[in-house]
Amino acid sequence: MSDRAILDVPILDVTGIGVRFGGLNAVKDATFSLWPGEVLAIVGESGSGKTTLLRTLAGELAPDSGQALFRTRAGEVVDIPRLAEPQRRALARTEWGFVHQNPRDGLRMAVSAGGNVGERLMAAGARHWGHIRAEAAAWLARVEIDGSRIDDPPRVFSGGMQQRLQIARVLVTEPRLVLMDEPTGGLDVSVQARLLDLIRTLVGELGIAAIIVTHDLAVARLLADRMLVMQQGRIVEAGLTDQVLDDPQHPYSQLLVSSVLQA
Amino acid sequence: MNAITGAPEALRVENLSKRFTLHLQGGRRLPVLDRVDLAVHPGECVALVGPSGAGKSTLMRTLYGNYLAGAGRILVRHEGAMVDLATAEPRTIVALRRTTIGYVSQFLRVIPRVPTAAIVAEPARRAGMAEAGAMVAARGLLDRLNLPEALWDLPPATFSGGEQQRVNLARGFVHPYPVMLLDEPTASLDPANRDIVIGLITEAKARGAAIVGIFHDAAVREAVATRSLTVAALAVEAA
Amino acid sequence: MTPKAAHDPDYNLGYLDEQTKRMIRRALLKAVAIPGYQVPFASREMPLAYGWGTGGMQVTAAVLGPDDVLKVIDQGADDTTNAVSIRRFFARVTGVRTTERTVEATVIQTRHRIPEQALTEGQIIVYQVPQPEPLRKLEPRETETRRMHALADYGLMHVKLYEDIARHGRITLSYDYPVLVNGRYVMAPSPIPSFDNPKMHHSPALQLFGAGREKRIYAIPPYTEVRSLDFEDHPFHPWRASNCCDLCGAADSYLDEVVTDDRGGRMFVCSDTDWCADRREAGHRGRLAGHALATPRADDPA
Repeated sequence: MSDRAILDVPILDVTGIGVRFGGLNAVKDATFSLWPGEVLAIVGESGSGKTTLLRTLAGELAPDSGQALFRTRAGEVVDIPRLAEPQRRALARTEWGFVHQNPRDGLRMAVSAGGNVGERLMAAGARHWGHIRAEAAAWLARVEIDGSRIDDPPRVFSGGMQQRLQIARVLVTEPRLVLMDEPTGGLDVSVQARLLDLIRTLVGELGIAAIIVTHDLAVARLLADRMLVMQQGRIVEAGLTDQVLDDPQHPYSQLLVSSVLQA
Repeated sequence: MNAITGAPEALRVENLSKRFTLHLQGGRRLPVLDRVDLAVHPGECVALVGPSGAGKSTLMRTLYGNYLAGAGRILVRHEGAMVDLATAEPRTIVALRRTTIGYVSQFLRVIPRVPTAAIVAEPARRAGMAEAGAMVAARGLLDRLNLPEALWDLPPATFSGGEQQRVNLARGFVHPYPVMLLDEPTASLDPANRDIVIGLITEAKARGAAIVGIFHDAAVREAVATRSLTVAALAVEAA
Repeated sequence: MTPKAAHDPDYNLGYLDEQTKRMIRRALLKAVAIPGYQVPFASREMPLAYGWGTGGMQVTAAVLGPDDVLKVIDQGADDTTNAVSIRRFFARVTGVRTTERTVEATVIQTRHRIPEQALTEGQIIVYQVPQPEPLRKLEPRETETRRMHALADYGLMHVKLYEDIARHGRITLSYDYPVLVNGRYVMAPSPIPSFDNPKMHHSPALQLFGAGREKRIYAIPPYTEVRSLDFEDHPFHPWRASNCCDLCGAADSYLDEVVTDDRGGRMFVCSDTDWCADRREAGHRGRLAGHALATPRADDPA
């Protein structure tokens, strides 16, 4: 959640997105908006289409129907699925970030931690080594990675450190929209808590809009302002996170909420 | 009575109904609230009374947007205008909760690993206060609620029920919300701390907060409530 | 310079058939039109193994005309086995004149060096290229590297240089140092020393690159901007040994270190044998002038 005032113009307007894999409707008629500084969770079980929807919003998958209008820093409105590849990549480097569930998919395992964080800066045109390194060091500190590890490659890091490094790598260019696919999946519970706290703090400080795909309702409760419940490719319920979790309306949402072990 | 005379109401509930539909139990319907009306002016504290299970907590949660209103309106004065929380967009409710409506529940639900003082300061920060000021306010409240200073920098997960309750109270009072919802704020407290909470509520009323609360402890209710609203249990409907 | 002769009648002129030469020329024209862009071509089998200069030889075969004068160098030397074999090969299959003098040559095929003698308009230098893709070691997927070139998405290239500075305090890459050609394509200059990189910039000569095994041709037309990649605070610095040539005394040429015995004896000599010989003929003397290695140049008897 953001400390800044919620602005009145959505950063993302998704209308009627549909994705088909052969005969399977992976995502059907997905429609929602996201405002600057808002954190939205998409929950649902495996195969509900939540990751497919996220990848569509990242421009990695072409939908069969619908549009996803993104408002750039410059105020231009672009339809993500219809962006030309060069423009998509340029935006992906500066305005968006994607945090993968498996840090191996989002990091260069043989490149040093500093190089991993610096890559987006260099891709965006930074050419002063000292500045790039200082920025990388500052970001490692922000994600609680000791500065002495700046020249170590992530393959010698623990899973939690790798995930924090991935987040630093994504946030270094201060994107306005961050897409996260199960960012705490595959981590020990104690490590998860630290990461959740970190994500929440950073997203709040930077006023980033974020979409977090997760099957963990506790993660959604702690991170998200709003949530969408997906079942078999459809958004069956949308609303305030605590309202959907404490007073779910749709039969599937009620099943989902009642299926969770209370800690 | 104690209401600040002439001030327009801060909260007005009209015809509010709420029922739960239990899809996992064959669509059984559980009506809880039926056409509830309530107006609360700045400086008033309305105590909800009624037997256990009558729907007092449900009403509180519905007023906070935690439960979805079935029918009726929940008008809250937010930044000078009345906003209907029953039909508001989720993000409007988020904004309302940031600056206008505070809620103290019986349970502390926070992100693990975050120190107590930061948890308490958070609502003030989110309402726009600078980090340093929010921390000062948080520590002041924790001190006033007699939470040992040694605990301030620890996460509250391992605290006792009474300690967690006081963290919750500090969190609820750190920002001067115009509308406050207090769900059994003194449930796990000893008499000394209970009196401190009575003091906090009295001060909130004096600054003009409109308060709705559930107070099981009759002495507390006597001390803070300006009037009561009886919530009656409704019969279960068949599916 | 060897005299012009008739080519071996058992072979087509230049060894390759006319269709193949035309195919290569078309690729060359495209490469010249898009400086630094790697043009795929149907690389042929040559009468020596991949890795011995088959790409450069095919380019040379496609551009050599009867009036050309060919020079072939390997690491700057005209008299090493590989250079001698290739020069003899072309003398036999084209009958063109061959030379060891840079100034006399119209076509220079090279492995890993650019001559010290500044090239001039009308000259063509043909580089033998083992690995044409500068991004290969960073990104193994060909589909992805092609996309990166297409989108000028070159952040990764700088990551490599960043890593070098992080590890060693400076860019230690000393050969095959990546360049940005005409402000657009990042290009591998082949394994020439970074010392030679500045010679590519605004060179009056036409520079052609052939990679036989990888089946790629690329080019830098005359007077094209060629910038070595670097950082503002770690500018590109061409590296050379800080010694002088022990034969000719040159202090500004690229040097080879030669071990002369098994007791730690060594000497530094110009890697460009033609340059060194010219200087000695002009009377320059190094520390070990008169050493056995300093035998006078003899034209190849092929």
